[in-house]
Amino acid sequence: MSRFEPLADHSSIGAGVELSAWQTIRRGAQISPELIRGLAGTVMLGVLSTLGRVLVPFVIQRTVDEGILGAAGPDASRVALWVGVALAGVVVTALSSYAVNLRLFTASESGLATLRVQAFRHIHDLSMLTQSTERRGSLVSRVTSDVDTISMFVQFGGLMLVVSSGQILLATGLMLTYSPLLAGVVWACFIPLFFLIRRFQGMVGRAFTRVRERVGAMLGAISEAVVGAATIRAYGIEERTAARIDAAVEAHRREAVGAQIRAVVAFTAGQFVSGLTTAVVLVVGTILAARGELTVGAVLAFLFLVNLFTMPVQQATEILNEMQNAVAGWRRVIGIMDTPADVADPGERGVELPRGPIDVAFEKVSYAYPGGELVLHDVDLQIAPRSRIAVVGETGSGKSTLAKLLTRLMDPTHGRVLVDGVDLREVRFSSLRARVVLVPQEGFLFDANLLDNIRFGRPEASDDEVMLTLTELGLDEWVQGLPLGLATSVGQRGESLSAGERQLVAIARAYLADPDLLVLDEATSAVDPSLEVRLQRALDSLTRGRTSITIAHRLSTAEAADEVVVVDAGLIVERGPHRELVTAGGVYAALHESWAAQQATG
Amino acid sequence: MAAVSGSVLRRGGAVVARGVREQPRWFALAVFGSTVYGIMTGLMAWAIGWATREVLTPAAAARAVTPGQLWTMAAVITGIVTVNVLGIILRRTAAGFAMYALGAAYRRRVTRQYLDLPLRWHHKHPSGQLLSNANADVEATWNIFAPLPMALGVVVMLLFGAVQMVIVDPVLAAVGMVVFPLLFAANAVFQRRMSPRVTYAQRLRAEVSEVAHESFEAALVVKTMGREDLEARRFAEVTNRLRDANIAVGRTRGTFDPAIESIPTIGTLAVIGVGAWRASQGQVSAAEVVQIAYLFSVLAFPVRAFGWVLAELPRSVVGWERVDAVLQASGAMHYGDRDLPTRTSAAIHGEHLDYAYEIDLPDGGTAAAPAIRDVTLTVTAGSTVALVGPTGSGKSTLTGLLLRLVDPDSGAVLLDGLDLRSVRKGGIADVAALVPQQTFMFEDTVRDNVTLGARHTDEQVWEALRIAQAERFVLHLPRGLDTMVGERGANLSGGQRQRVALARAVIRRPQLLVLDDATSAVDPSVEQRILGALRGAAGGATVLVVAYRMATIALADEIAYLEGGRLVEHGTHEHLLERCPGYAALVSAYAREAADRAAVAVDEEATAGDSDEPV
Repeated sequence: MSRFEPLADHSSIGAGVELSAWQTIRRGAQISPELIRGLAGTVMLGVLSTLGRVLVPFVIQRTVDEGILGAAGPDASRVALWVGVALAGVVVTALSSYAVNLRLFTASESGLATLRVQAFRHIHDLSMLTQSTERRGSLVSRVTSDVDTISMFVQFGGLMLVVSSGQILLATGLMLTYSPLLAGVVWACFIPLFFLIRRFQGMVGRAFTRVRERVGAMLGAISEAVVGAATIRAYGIEERTAARIDAAVEAHRREAVGAQIRAVVAFTAGQFVSGLTTAVVLVVGTILAARGELTVGAVLAFLFLVNLFTMPVQQATEILNEMQNAVAGWRRVIGIMDTPADVADPGERGVELPRGPIDVAFEKVSYAYPGGELVLHDVDLQIAPRSRIAVVGETGSGKSTLAKLLTRLMDPTHGRVLVDGVDLREVRFSSLRARVVLVPQEGFLFDANLLDNIRFGRPEASDDEVMLTLTELGLDEWVQGLPLGLATSVGQRGESLSAGERQLVAIARAYLADPDLLVLDEATSAVDPSLEVRLQRALDSLTRGRTSITIAHRLSTAEAADEVVVVDAGLIVERGPHRELVTAGGVYAALHESWAAQQATG
Repeated sequence: MAAVSGSVLRRGGAVVARGVREQPRWFALAVFGSTVYGIMTGLMAWAIGWATREVLTPAAAARAVTPGQLWTMAAVITGIVTVNVLGIILRRTAAGFAMYALGAAYRRRVTRQYLDLPLRWHHKHPSGQLLSNANADVEATWNIFAPLPMALGVVVMLLFGAVQMVIVDPVLAAVGMVVFPLLFAANAVFQRRMSPRVTYAQRLRAEVSEVAHESFEAALVVKTMGREDLEARRFAEVTNRLRDANIAVGRTRGTFDPAIESIPTIGTLAVIGVGAWRASQGQVSAAEVVQIAYLFSVLAFPVRAFGWVLAELPRSVVGWERVDAVLQASGAMHYGDRDLPTRTSAAIHGEHLDYAYEIDLPDGGTAAAPAIRDVTLTVTAGSTVALVGPTGSGKSTLTGLLLRLVDPDSGAVLLDGLDLRSVRKGGIADVAALVPQQTFMFEDTVRDNVTLGARHTDEQVWEALRIAQAERFVLHLPRGLDTMVGERGANLSGGQRQRVALARAVIRRPQLLVLDDATSAVDPSVEQRILGALRGAAGGATVLVVAYRMATIALADEIAYLEGGRLVEHGTHEHLLERCPGYAALVSAYAREAADRAAVAVDEEATAGDSDEPV
């Protein structure tokens, strides 16, 4: 009953905050190998375009310095030659950056698609309880917007960082050839900036992490207006819902503006230092020129080189900011991927169970929800093959927990659940899911037609097989009464159907899956009694020879079962055929009396 | 395609104009900051020229420089840099304020629409899509406000540069005048090519989100059926389409980016080539050629801001169109201004009600699927009426009509004689409460899920929980009333959620209480206790209850039997048993089943007794 505060527990989803930026990128590249495949070639091309980017302006500067401002006056033919060389450089730069762009886009988009699909798959592999520690909307954002924040960085940023570093090195080299002293001055101006940037990055990174959290909360609030539309209207609480959304939207806005301001400060720090450097170089250069240590041309050329140096530094600052954003998103996705699936598929090592009658045993099974008290205490239960069992008990007695343990949605805290003598934890999921199917009270329907929804139970089933299933269950008449029969679309979450109808679809779906053990957890609670009785009879005859376990409040099911298991406060208190238990004067007798009283006409 | 992109430019302009109208101050500040930045960037070129001419060259010539000269030079350049940086800070911060304020404003408007539009509209729109409209699409619409002020600042910068060039040398200026239109043209072609690709990618991005949303909501079914691989394939399929679309976008961008980047460089080279020739002819000075070449290299980078704006434009237009579709959606419910009378119980009367759901046909069209047909029903004040009918007969739809969750296609619902459509907004909820079959819990505390923000004392909350038989389990929750129930109440069981939902209705002391199979997830004994407590607490309220169980039906003064959307019979239990075979079959199903089984059992025993040895 107390499924609370699971957040501190092992089953919650890690945000991955403990990874450093570099570790995050490395882990990200590990998950999406496409990102680094062919990277060497891309970097080479990138270096080529960098060479062009630095050399073309450099050639232009030389042209100006020697061709136009030369001692002998402008030399048109020499300039024409230099210009020709520069044009060739421009063409090479353009071609190589085209190739770089293409390779990067292909690599990054392929890598991110892999990341999305793997994260998506892993979310489905997480245990039911782990999934429920996070909002659905937030899970969605982990495979959508979080990945989108990475894309900008891996498309341009990553390589630009490499290219910028190359540019910085190249510019430094050129500066040294002019004047080691001035080169030292430039670096001296920038070194404090590097320290400043590190601090800013931490600040900006944390701000972006907060923004992403606010986005999740905002989506959660907005989704209530969408999913809870009926309740909100029935209670006239539009204003209140609007106020809640407004608060979430405003919190997001404030956080986003805050992050923007921090990013701007970090960015302009680079701009400011660049400008100051120009002033310092000019002053020091003038002093050197006055001492006759440098010519005017050399000082001007140096100023030009300072530009070639500061541009990539600024670009790098900008990219590093973007990287913080990307890393924040990446951490969230990696956080999901690194959350262990605590109810894990043994996979290849697992046992493949042969099809056929199934027997089930609970051996001293106890269960407590994370951080909660025990809801099942040392339960021992043997269920013989081909038997039909009804599990009854009051709300909160632990019936559903039994069903979830049996279908391995959760693993017992103590003890073992065995099918055909094998611990469930050792059975391959593919084998387990084929043999054991649970129909929950609210079986989710997809926004598709009836046929596709039922076929979800066995994707390879033909239309005729689906129709046959419905006929066997006695639901053919109901389907024919629908506007388009099997082609009727059920709408979002099946909302075009009534709750009872959705349950019919869920049962047909499970029956089509053809399991050896069918577990019905309140699966007909919204179906009318007459149809329920018919359905129960159909299932009884159809599942003869198989094992079925039914959890129901309506005791008509218990009356029909081979055996009734009565659960009370986490313990099995009674067990036996309906007729025996009714006369035994225990918990079941009381339950049944109350049920029978309800049925008495008038 | 040309027509489309022309209209993208126009429609993009309209989106921008709308944004500017709504955030004029922040936008003006951002443009001001950008203008300062533009002017200062231009001034920087001038300042370096000035420093070279006035300080550096004389110093080199004289082999001496005074501290005063150095200080002046440092002060001028530092001053320009400082003002420039302040301009940038102003530009980007103000643009951020404008952008996020617009985003927040439109998120509020879109979600207001979600709250105002009728359920009928909600049924037609996937929730993943609605979430995407309120989030990603709003963001895409206003993201253009990040590069826009810079682009406008660049216009100032260009004007500044053009004036400088013309003053220096009209011929060299003419070279510049060729380069910049070329740059615009390249950007325009780029944007034209990008627009359809970006639109397509954006649509796929929404689709990826929708598939993920549905799949995660279906997580339990996916797990219990072992369909993780199938779902992963479905997701991979749409993700791969998005990947290909993004690569196509990247290819276009990759083709144009280097071209657009090299145009200013080619321009610089042209200026140098032509300049060297004109200088050798003695028509301009070498220093003037250098000044213009420097100007080009300064302008080359900022001019790309136009490219960014043009690249954002299609995304912005597509995002806006999706947002606008929600904002323009009509059919919001209209409310009157009448108040319903306050008393202990209300009478409700539905007259010739018809209601049809709109269903999608496989060919993409829609058709009407009637759910309620010509239903006339009266529930007198203070009475309890049970609404009975087979699965899918329209019971829930009818309760929705009676509380005006939806309006009938024809006919009218009168509450205490007033047409529901004439009642003021919120008026119905003040007197009537519905406990739906499918409960919805807010991500909030137990207390707030019961009160829904209305002022109730804790005692009243406990009282309501007691009536709903929820007191005991709430007492055991870690923080009692302050326990968070999780998203959609995920921390509670189905039966617990139903009881909290019941308490939510009870605490309002409604004059009309509608229970739509509201106890389906609780066991019979708890249900009995709930009904008993309700009868004691309802204080004479009118109760309409959708029920299957005899005990519930037995509480009713009258029964309305619905089949295939029609009200087949209306009267007392005995009356219906006699007159209505469908009703009789439904309510006695369990009893007959039990009797049948008992008979079979007796037979089996008799047979067994025959063959077995006597004990």
